[in-house]
Amino acid sequence: MAFLKRLRRSKTRPRELRPKLEPVKTPSRMRVGWATDVGRVRTHNEDAVLIVQTSQEGGETMPPFGLFILADGMGGHQSGEVASAMAARRAARHILHEVYGRLLLGQDRSADQPSVSEVLVQAVTLANTAVAVGAPGGGTTLTCALVVDRQAHIAHVGDSRAYLVSPDGLKQLTRDHSLVDRLVEMGQLTAAEAANHPQKNVLYRAVGQGGTLEVDTYLHSIPLHSHLLLCSDGLWGALGDARMAEIIAASPNPQVACQSLVRAANQAGGRDNITAILVTPPAE
Amino acid sequence: MRKTEAQSESERNAPAPIDDQAADPLSTRHMSPPAGPVRVDGALAEGVVLQDRYRIMGLLGAGGMSTVYKAQDMRFPNVLRLCAVKEMTNTATDPQVRAMVIRNFEREASILATLSHAAVPQVYDYFTEGEHSYLVLEFIQGKNLETVLSTTEGFLPESQVVIWAMQICEVLTYLHYHKPHPIVFRDLKPSNIMIDDNGRVHLVDFGIAKVFQSGQKGTMIGTEGYSPPEQYRGVAEPRGDIYSLGATLHHLLSKQDPRLEPPFSFHERPFRQSNPLVSTQLEEIISRALQYDVNRRYSSAEEMRNALSSLRSARGVAPAYSTTDLGDPGAPVAIWQFACEDEVRSSPTLAGAVVYVGAYDCNLYALDAETGRFLWKYPTEGGIGSSPHVADGRVFVGSKDGLVYAINAESGRLLWTCPTKGPVYSSPRAQYGHVFFGSDDHHLHAVNVGSGRVAWTFEAEAAIRSSPAIGQDAIYFGDEGGSVYAIGVGGEIQWRFRTRRGVTSSPFLGRELIYVGSKDWYVYALDYRGLPVWRHRTNGPVVSSPVVGESVVFFGSADGALYAVDATSGHFLWQYKAGGQITSNPTYKAEVVYFGSTDGAVYALEARTGQVRWRFQTSGPVVSSPCIGTDTVYIGSCDHYVYALPE
Repeated sequence: MAFLKRLRRSKTRPRELRPKLEPVKTPSRMRVGWATDVGRVRTHNEDAVLIVQTSQEGGETMPPFGLFILADGMGGHQSGEVASAMAARRAARHILHEVYGRLLLGQDRSADQPSVSEVLVQAVTLANTAVAVGAPGGGTTLTCALVVDRQAHIAHVGDSRAYLVSPDGLKQLTRDHSLVDRLVEMGQLTAAEAANHPQKNVLYRAVGQGGTLEVDTYLHSIPLHSHLLLCSDGLWGALGDARMAEIIAASPNPQVACQSLVRAANQAGGRDNITAILVTPPAE
Repeated sequence: MRKTEAQSESERNAPAPIDDQAADPLSTRHMSPPAGPVRVDGALAEGVVLQDRYRIMGLLGAGGMSTVYKAQDMRFPNVLRLCAVKEMTNTATDPQVRAMVIRNFEREASILATLSHAAVPQVYDYFTEGEHSYLVLEFIQGKNLETVLSTTEGFLPESQVVIWAMQICEVLTYLHYHKPHPIVFRDLKPSNIMIDDNGRVHLVDFGIAKVFQSGQKGTMIGTEGYSPPEQYRGVAEPRGDIYSLGATLHHLLSKQDPRLEPPFSFHERPFRQSNPLVSTQLEEIISRALQYDVNRRYSSAEEMRNALSSLRSARGVAPAYSTTDLGDPGAPVAIWQFACEDEVRSSPTLAGAVVYVGAYDCNLYALDAETGRFLWKYPTEGGIGSSPHVADGRVFVGSKDGLVYAINAESGRLLWTCPTKGPVYSSPRAQYGHVFFGSDDHHLHAVNVGSGRVAWTFEAEAAIRSSPAIGQDAIYFGDEGGSVYAIGVGGEIQWRFRTRRGVTSSPFLGRELIYVGSKDWYVYALDYRGLPVWRHRTNGPVVSSPVVGESVVFFGSADGALYAVDATSGHFLWQYKAGGQITSNPTYKAEVVYFGSTDGAVYALEARTGQVRWRFQTSGPVVSSPCIGTDTVYIGSCDHYVYALPE
């Protein structure tokens, strides 16, 4: 009751006498949104998301660090969802140990440690073996983005995509490892033929096939007022770059953006699983 | 509720009673194996005799839909007559697919039965026994090219590959002109090409690969790597075999397995990147065979054979080494040359209309950039290996005498000297009103530009011969102990990155990354926190300092190669093999890379391709680095001369 009274009293208090809020400095940090949905046709969501974000402040401040992994599984009898989750976990384990673990240890940097791109390639390679052994018959795309401060280190296999979202629009950072895309690129197929091609879902590279796997790596700075978008083909295939850019630009924050993206892909038919991860690096 | 569910779950999972299992029709099928020959892991056991005639001697290979055995034909009791027995393994459960597999097997048998060519296996017999169908074929004593490739160290000689290629063209010509209908092999690849003990080519496996392929893992199949692009439109025609032959030859020569590369990416992977010994003539032939557009390929295998036979390597002549082959494509004539009294290892610097350069004769020279006319010289007490740096009308240069000199750029008059306790090979850099340089005394020195007074020194672990690179808020350099340092402009250490050998190379500051070479054979790309983002290994110490142009990093190595690597990803683009070590720092301007080599030459290469634009021969090793003016390249040589070459 006393509480209520106080509340009432405070309401009646003149405006200028209300205690002013002490401004607390918000530490600069990465802002992240993500959403995933089974879509309107499929019964299982074979997309997997794994996000690790850390903040640290102290005597010796470490850069904001984030690991963002998206995997889109394939293969019958639930092996697709097993494969994507397994690949994401295996890759994350290796990257966290090799990169974040070392950052925490504060070890002197030396050539005795693998470089970031070597770690990323190794992580995807380990995921490849893990899926081949642990989910035979399953396969998955795997796009890992390690964001340290404003720099994004990306390792990629398959047809999920990483985009740089800037005020000018979307720029695709990764290359799809899709056979039909390659044929269209070469002028062997028209876009219309590609859409109905019996092998349109064939990836010429996927995680989980065992053997040697070529992994693409990229490094990109994310400029001010720009974001990093990771998405599965259920999103980019349904909406197209321009529409995605529009939705992101109209959203107040990364989380709302991801939800709106997924909603729009569902409105466009939702023929596949839909996943979006949007990362805004620290402003400072 | 949850408990009962769990209980019933465990009951369901409990092992069924044995008689239950026997009653299950599915289980019984597994329990009593079909009557037939003895099998080990699904394959016929050694000693099994088929048709009372073919005694299995061992396994030769197993593919998706068939297994091939080595066998003895017992009908010839007095001789060891060998044959290959191919067994169809029809694992498909779908009746339609099963029927298709059988159809294909029969088709292979009937095609082979109509063919008669030394490079096509003869078919002896075709029969069905139990649940399996068999094809009895000529046995070829030899190895398939996939095995040859994996057991060959280094590269296969071009002349050898060309001879095989001509033989393959011959058998393809036979197949493509076959009457009444041409036969398209459709699955040409190293594992389907056998080389017998006499070095003759044989095509094996006429199993019509395309049909088999589409029966594989649904959305999961990887592309063959050797198949022509039109095959994915369902087109199979003779020129598709020419594409596959091109792909096979590319694999044989480059040792790059196309199944591991993006499909149809042969043109993005020229031999220069993998095996520079391949002649340009052969590369052109293979490139034509690999055209995406069917009409731009050779119109027939015969035409391709004729092209191959015109090669020098087809006559058993080893191709000439590419650099000498090219000769000196338009070696430029020097605009001027200036003789010093000793080796010129220092790199020239251009400021205004004057070229400054140091020499081992102890002098710092000022020369007229246009004419090479001598303007002045300043004698130091030691040889000059350091390169001069010009700022605010002053020339700064280090000398083996342990001093750094500041000299009036116009008059050649001494302004000040700064002593260190060791020779100075590091080249000074001026910024923020200070000159920064390293010395063999292990220190990085920061000295006031105007007075020569020491502002601060930073002690490294070893001698500093690397030249400092000045960034926005730090100075980056290496030491002979192998560390790369980032030092704040006030002299405090920010970070250190340790390589395994000395770092004489000077860091290049890119937009996102810092590039530096080490004598541990690597070039490292570090981010501005000192985190290694990628590294590229060469085959020798990297003393040369990297340079970036158009998102490509160029650097030389003591292994004699100039490397071009993608600046952000670290992906290898091309390399050019010079005749000697490359310790000179490459310089980039307008899509051309310039550098010197200990073979005495100065090179200008096309930055995109690594092709030689020109090559200029001096009479001594060139360790000096080029300096580029408006349209002139200035460089020193150990033949004592400074050269001005047209760009």
